[in-house]
Amino acid sequence: MGLEGSFAIAEAVRMVNADVISAYPITPQTHIVERLAEMIADGELDAEFICVESEHSAMSACVGASAAGARVFTCSAGQGLELMHEVLYIPASMRLPVVAVAANRALSGPLSVWCDHSDAMALRDIGWIQIFAENNQQAFDLTVCAYRMAEDQDVLFPAMVHIDGFYLSHVTEDMELPAEADVADFIPDYEYPFVLDPAKPVSMGCYGPPFIYFEAKMAQNVAFEASKSKILEVWKVFKETFGRSYEPVETYRMEDARTALLTMGSISESAMLAIDELRSEGKAVGLIRLRLWRPFPFAELREAVKNLDCLLVLDRAISYGMGGPVCGEVKAALYDKRQDLAIVSYIAGIGGRDVTLDEFKYMINRGEEKAQLVTLGEELEPEIIGVRE
Amino acid sequence: MASMRGEGERNDLEQAAELFTPLLLTTDENFAPGHRACIGCGEALAVRHVCKALGTNVIVVNATGCIEIFSSLLPQTTWRLPWIHTLFENVGAVVSGVESAYKARIRKGKIPDRGVKFVGIAGDGGTTDIGLQALSGALERGHNILYCCFDNEAYMNTGIQRSSSTPYGAWTTTAPVGKHSIGQMTWKKNMPEIVVAHRIPYMATACPSYPLDLMEKVQKGLETEGPAYLHILSVCPTGWRCAPEETIEFGRLAVETGIFPLYEVINGDYRMSLDFPVLRPVKDYLRRQGRFRHLTEKDIDRIQARVDEDYAKLREKAGVK
Repeated sequence: MGLEGSFAIAEAVRMVNADVISAYPITPQTHIVERLAEMIADGELDAEFICVESEHSAMSACVGASAAGARVFTCSAGQGLELMHEVLYIPASMRLPVVAVAANRALSGPLSVWCDHSDAMALRDIGWIQIFAENNQQAFDLTVCAYRMAEDQDVLFPAMVHIDGFYLSHVTEDMELPAEADVADFIPDYEYPFVLDPAKPVSMGCYGPPFIYFEAKMAQNVAFEASKSKILEVWKVFKETFGRSYEPVETYRMEDARTALLTMGSISESAMLAIDELRSEGKAVGLIRLRLWRPFPFAELREAVKNLDCLLVLDRAISYGMGGPVCGEVKAALYDKRQDLAIVSYIAGIGGRDVTLDEFKYMINRGEEKAQLVTLGEELEPEIIGVRE
Repeated sequence: MASMRGEGERNDLEQAAELFTPLLLTTDENFAPGHRACIGCGEALAVRHVCKALGTNVIVVNATGCIEIFSSLLPQTTWRLPWIHTLFENVGAVVSGVESAYKARIRKGKIPDRGVKFVGIAGDGGTTDIGLQALSGALERGHNILYCCFDNEAYMNTGIQRSSSTPYGAWTTTAPVGKHSIGQMTWKKNMPEIVVAHRIPYMATACPSYPLDLMEKVQKGLETEGPAYLHILSVCPTGWRCAPEETIEFGRLAVETGIFPLYEVINGDYRMSLDFPVLRPVKDYLRRQGRFRHLTEKDIDRIQARVDEDYAKLREKAGVK
């Protein structure tokens, strides 16, 4: 069936039978909450919809509801995620399985409602499981999976699904919706173990002076890193149940590739077309897509690049004075094991600027030349694609 | 990362206290002794009274501030009630979420309806300044909650910085007294009236110097269908620069001078809890506090005129002749 990305996500939230939805409108996330409000108004979903007065309160209400045992949902974008930023650390440190969708959007100023990954890159250290979707089917599937990951009793961390604003949120694509009963089996009712309940009082969110704060944060990090095996398990069960496969790092036509492009989000699908064309011209090139952004998939990334001479990393955000943030992380992740690998940085698609097929082909072709310079020891600045000078 | 405390535990002091506690009050302490508040803290006393009146079938949502700091230092907790603290400015939103979770889960048959109540607590900074937006949202949406503002008239936890609830003329560390300053240059924000403007069913002012009145108002707030709000004056000897043994007396003086009148607004109807046809002069209250030490007779006259005017308006609203 044909479904807009936003509506696909609303369907996922309906099928997992969320109890509390708390959200504030911001483009390009609005269609998700509008559809959810309709579902509640029509009795298709039995949930409390808290129409809060800000994104800060949206996440705060989710935190309160989750601590009281509810299955919750919120979504936001760009400036909204920035306003929410302070609160995002709370469910991660208090181990609350909040699920959120980010419809990725550029940050002001100038004001822009269009897509890039600036907002996502500002959220790297919030302690949430973070997953990138490339199309509407994935947006649906990964939202459903996010609940199972977050609510696993050995995980109990919040999870965020990133979709590209407009490219997914406002585009209708053909997709498959599973049977509601199958989703209900996949996401059963859960009981939060430390729920706010007068029958068994707990103190949540206490004050941590220096003698104990560090230990609390270490415990959080150890538990977060351990969540990766559960994330893999969820995707394994999802594949067995629904037939679609997800992995922390996914590859495309990498069989004999010596050069590969690395992407995240919807841009990956355009990149595949470029890989197909270059392959038909006889070039041994492939594509690597980072699906799981946090916890970072070190082992899977190393495995994916093991036969490469040249890796081209495409960032959809700028870290001012530093370059492409994803490229920086990829370099750091590979430094210990693959100092022989030439890594080239590109920045494109900022503030909704489309990246064309020719630009992808240029990046890959030019990347191989640049890689030779890198091998010779030359230090290269990130190359900016598609900007007027 | 939650920590727990056993129920029904009592120490010797609590058992001894039972001997001297009048029977009209519960001897249960849901806010346990052994916290880290300053000597003479009016806020700790107010929280203790509020918790007595709340009973045990409640969930408490706390803002960052003195109360949270002196009651929840890991790995200990003063709270015998289910309690959650997250941030400074979001109590209105967090308590909305807790209430909505119970509402949805009861409706969907996931948990039984045991009549649990939901209480948000914050200081004056967390209410009148940084938390105002979240509180306004919660009141406007009509959640079934009780919100208690413990007003000690400045950011005491961070070291006595001025808030919008600091009274005119008071010294604070960010409204210092100097050649060009008498301290706080603005008049105290009238938070109770801002709450009343939301047309919620119950608003009251209270003070732990009048414990029975305070506890009765907490119970009324709990019983109210929809949002209820209490504004509780909490004397802070540390920040007000007064003697810790005078906490109760300063609470009384604030009320008797008309500086902090005790009243209720029930479905829009004003009612004086205590009315004084003749008020004590404000200088009785101001002169003995270090934070007002520098005020001239002229400054005090200006404050007196303002208090007289505000009190007369309030009496008029309450229909007192």
